Amino acid sequence: MNEPRDPVDNPSRRGFVGAAAAAGAGLGVLALAPGLHLVEVSEANAPSAGASSKVRWGMLIDTNKCSSGCDACVKACASENGINETVRDPRQASQWIRKIELKEPRSGREHSLPMMCQHCAHPPCVDVCPTGASMKRADGIVLVDRHTCIGCRYCMLACPYKARSFVHLRLTEQNPEVPRGIGCVESCTFCVQRVDKGLKPACVEACPEGAMLFGDLKDPNSEIARRIAQEKTTQVRGDLRLDLGVRYQGI
Amino acid sequence: MAIMKRTLVGLAAILLLAPICATAGVPKPNLTIENPGQCIAPVQEMRVNHMKMLNHSRDRALRQGVRTEKANLIGCIDCHASKETGSVMGKGGFCEECHTYTAVKLDCWDCHQPKSARFRTGAAAAEGAKP
Amino acid sequence: MQSELNNRLEGPTFYVLAGIGALISLIGVAGAIYMGQHGHQASGMNNQIFWGMPHVFAIFLIVAASGVLNVASIGTVFGKQAYKSRGPLSGLLAITLLAAGLFVIMLDLGRVDRLIIAMTHVNWVSVFGWNMVLYPVFFGLVGVYVWVLMDRKMYAYSKPVGIAAFIWRLVMTTGTGSIFGFMVARQAYHSALIAPMFIVMSLAWGLAIFLLFQRAMYCWHNMELNEEIRRRLGNLLGVFIAAVFYFVLVYHLTNIYFAKQTGFEHFILVSGGVFPQLFWGGFVLLGTAIPLLLLFVPALQRMRGSEIVAAVLTVGGGLCFLYVFIIGGQAYPLDMFPGMEVRSSFFDGQIDHYVPSLPEMMLAIGGFGVAFTLTLIAVRVLRFMPEDDLAKLKASGALRD
Ligand code: SF4
Repeated sequence: MNEPRDPVDNPSRRGFVGAAAAAGAGLGVLALAPGLHLVEVSEANAPSAGASSKVRWGMLIDTNKCSSGCDACVKACASENGINETVRDPRQASQWIRKIELKEPRSGREHSLPMMCQHCAHPPCVDVCPTGASMKRADGIVLVDRHTCIGCRYCMLACPYKARSFVHLRLTEQNPEVPRGIGCVESCTFCVQRVDKGLKPACVEACPEGAMLFGDLKDPNSEIARRIAQEKTTQVRGDLRLDLGVRYQGI
Repeated sequence: MAIMKRTLVGLAAILLLAPICATAGVPKPNLTIENPGQCIAPVQEMRVNHMKMLNHSRDRALRQGVRTEKANLIGCIDCHASKETGSVMGKGGFCEECHTYTAVKLDCWDCHQPKSARFRTGAAAAEGAKP
Repeated sequence: MQSELNNRLEGPTFYVLAGIGALISLIGVAGAIYMGQHGHQASGMNNQIFWGMPHVFAIFLIVAASGVLNVASIGTVFGKQAYKSRGPLSGLLAITLLAAGLFVIMLDLGRVDRLIIAMTHVNWVSVFGWNMVLYPVFFGLVGVYVWVLMDRKMYAYSKPVGIAAFIWRLVMTTGTGSIFGFMVARQAYHSALIAPMFIVMSLAWGLAIFLLFQRAMYCWHNMELNEEIRRRLGNLLGVFIAAVFYFVLVYHLTNIYFAKQTGFEHFILVSGGVFPQLFWGGFVLLGTAIPLLLLFVPALQRMRGSEIVAAVLTVGGGLCFLYVFIIGGQAYPLDMFPGMEVRSSFFDGQIDHYVPSLPEMMLAIGGFGVAFTLTLIAVRVLRFMPEDDLAKLKASGALRD
């Protein structure tokens, strides 16, 4: 899997440098890295401002730390998002996040990793959705607007990660903050209800190994951006050049 | 504005005439306001505009991540949930009473939780959705 | 002569047939209502195979709808006499088949109650979104087309309208094919060949359905189709079936040699259980080889009804092909980590299986009921019976090759 260049990160950095240079003294304060940092943090966390395109939420998953057989992230996701229904056929169950076990046939080396919506910068589900129900927020979080989803499942056909689930039955025990229901398609939201309050997604918080790192890919000072700049990371199906929000390390 | 007024007059006429016309006699909604006087807007405005306010705030919250609108469904539910059932739906529920009476179908509750978080207990959640 | 013809469909025959058609349609509606009440857990579909039997039937009907109009196109656009008198029936079938296909696909939606949203919120980047425009325009255009064909005063306009409808149906089937062709993520579907392949399939499937319905109409009127016309239509069907086979062959060969989808192709063609069975037995043998023999071996061709058997087999073969294409394409796991063995709690790396449930079968078959009932009522009310002026055809040399 090759690492495509990052079409979202680069233009924005370029844009920032260009704007700072052109605007000169007026934007001087922005040119200071610490100042910029503050602006972005407040931008990201102030609930009234909403999702900002200055931020791009992302996740870095270190598969070396992720332990096989552990599903703390999956459990945390289910309880945060109220995925508590019992289905007759497990194939009809909603799986926002799942654990995948990989084995390299030649070396026998094994990897374990959580897989969920990769929050692409160019999400195929958003392109194909006939009603515009699949959408991407300014901060890169890909969501389904259940008010306009007609349940055609075309987005499921388009998703390369099998990240989307269709709700096959009537639900009654939703978490008040996470509406979800019959006949609509759903997927990982990066726990948007938490992120908007300045919290981390439930899975990241629950991981006992600290294998998942959440942060702003566009902020060069964030830990996630620094690690992605320094260490070798992978995008799953990087050949599709979707510029994923979720990156993996160690596979 | 004029159109709205005419619609309102029409609606009022229907509401007034309905009990006379309907031989079956649809029972008038019997609302309990659990926390009187604390609403985000006067009753009259809420009656006419609650759906618009909610539509507006839902799009802002979902698509733009702006969660500071005064009208928000969770807030409505928390305040209006019946003290007995903990819900705005079901017999005597704040939403259900009027919507049954006016025959306006709601599909909010296919996805949204009609019970207030304050009333939700572990027992209810563990029961799970009936398949 | 006309009133006499129509009289034959006025007796109990019409009511019995209409009753059967309506019953099948209602069974479809009942299946959809059941699924709507209980959610899609009442179907055999799941989160890996989420397009099932209703989609196989709906896509068949939608593709055939475009192809069935070809008979009218040959008449007006290419000026062939024997096809001209068949134009109105061809246009009518195009409308009813499309309506039936949309009926099935709409009733399978997770939120049938939000149809209005599908019409009012259109995402113009989506191929599905385009189809929201392609289909209604097709209805309108073909409606006008049928009108100008049937109204003597308007007949002068039949050529431009016919050309517009001809182009539009090519666009529409390209749109249907592109629903799959643009799926970069899927081994089975990502191919530029799919749109042209769907167009060729539409010609074969549409003509097959046309022949079947035409035959039924001749039966109701106790008439026999002219032998020469029967032979020509049969030949045309044979050519289309062969062309479909050619495209399917090229599609699989490019997948194997150029796209290197050997794992997937092995699954579909050799190891995948029901899928290779349906592909070789259903599509290749029953849907292609036998019809070609029936249509081109002179001794068989001369037998009455051989082209009808061939048409039935073509329809069956088409459904088999779509089953393999749509359901087989989803059953094969997505290849997210090339070269690795994959396991998960969500059936990653595993081949999925699909068993359609009764309600979804009811809905799927209901589509054919709708198409049949609508067509039947229309031919009862208006004059769609192809009437050949044989003397004129002979004089113009249209029956000689
Ligand atoms: S299922 Fe819903 S979100 Fe997915 S493509 Fe259809 S309408 Fe859009």
